[in-house]
Amino acid sequence: MRHTSTKLWAIALVLSVTNFLPVSSAFAADLELSMVIKNHMFDPSELKVPANQRIKLNIQNLDKTAEEFESHSMKKEKVIPAGGKAVIFLGPLKPGSYEFIGEFNPKTAKGLVIAE
Amino acid sequence: MFGAGIIVFRETLEAALFVGIIAASTRGLVNRTHSLSMGVALGALGSLLMASMMGHISDWANGIGQEIVDAAILTIALVMLAWHCIWVSNNSQRMVQEAKQIGSATSQGHQTLWALAIVVALSVLREGAETVLFVSGLMAGSTMSTGELISSAFAGVALGICAGWLVYAGLGFIKTRRLFQITNILILLLAGSLASQIAKTANQADWISVFGEQAWDVSHLIPSDSITALVMHGIFGFDASPTQLQVIFYLTAITMIWTAARQMKFHNSHHQGFNNTHKFSVPN
Repeated sequence: MRHTSTKLWAIALVLSVTNFLPVSSAFAADLELSMVIKNHMFDPSELKVPANQRIKLNIQNLDKTAEEFESHSMKKEKVIPAGGKAVIFLGPLKPGSYEFIGEFNPKTAKGLVIAE
Repeated sequence: MFGAGIIVFRETLEAALFVGIIAASTRGLVNRTHSLSMGVALGALGSLLMASMMGHISDWANGIGQEIVDAAILTIALVMLAWHCIWVSNNSQRMVQEAKQIGSATSQGHQTLWALAIVVALSVLREGAETVLFVSGLMAGSTMSTGELISSAFAGVALGICAGWLVYAGLGFIKTRRLFQITNILILLLAGSLASQIAKTANQADWISVFGEQAWDVSHLIPSDSITALVMHGIFGFDASPTQLQVIFYLTAITMIWTAARQMKFHNSHHQGFNNTHKFSVPN
């Protein structure tokens, strides 16, 4: 009994640790892009990126309120604090266009990533 | 005004559904209400703290501090849920028996209540911090009056809690024996959902960049931002367009927990069987 529960804990531990492992952090981004948030809008609101590449996106929030970058199609969700910065890794994306929004200001904060 | 309430509702919904399922799965445990309320309260307090620290957190580790905190929260919650699943499969029979014998309260389950209270706190913390940032943002720069703002935020939270309560009440119609079977499956799926979110976080932070391709996309049938998608996400981790890595993590977590729980159950029944035979064969 004691033995089995130890074994099970080991399994749980392995599960949690493997979930955490930075398997390929050496996989550097191919391209680095920048974007700002100002008056609850993204600038530029349209980003043209090469398809099938890893992209590092730096976002700076110039507003006095926080924003949440969210994209269902690119699977991203990240808060950018008021006056703060955030880094988001995108891709590799198949050719196509991918919407993103600022979830806290969805009416004005809208944008598109176009992968070609 | 309406829009703000809806955003608060969307942020609250996931945590509320989570708490609803956990509350249903612990029906009849002594101190349950106390433990889970503590979890919600601590989570709410923590979310105020986390929201106020978000600027610092974001700057950690070259801009991926949020992902580190998120992954830590998700992993702790996942381990706690795994522990609960294994514990329940080990004790469910006793729980059902006791619940029947002494009405509703059962003295079993202190440990798992702790585990679940932590899960509840972490779930509230994660969603709560975003809500706090959103509402405080509105307060700082909005044309809305404070009264309007507070009432719409409360309406959003109240609506979210109603949804969580509906799930809880719905599960309440199930008989005790079946209830634990069903909530155990729901909790197993929630564990899968957490694992899938860990995969998403790991990709976003660039820890794992393999299997980042979309596994499927049904967002034209069920739009990702629809209430249906949100509710299904809150209950079993539905994702309209997951990456391959998310699917792998989801299935791996479920399979591992299920196998571990089953092994435990098998081992125990085997053990008990052995003891009984042994007792039986001892001459008086």
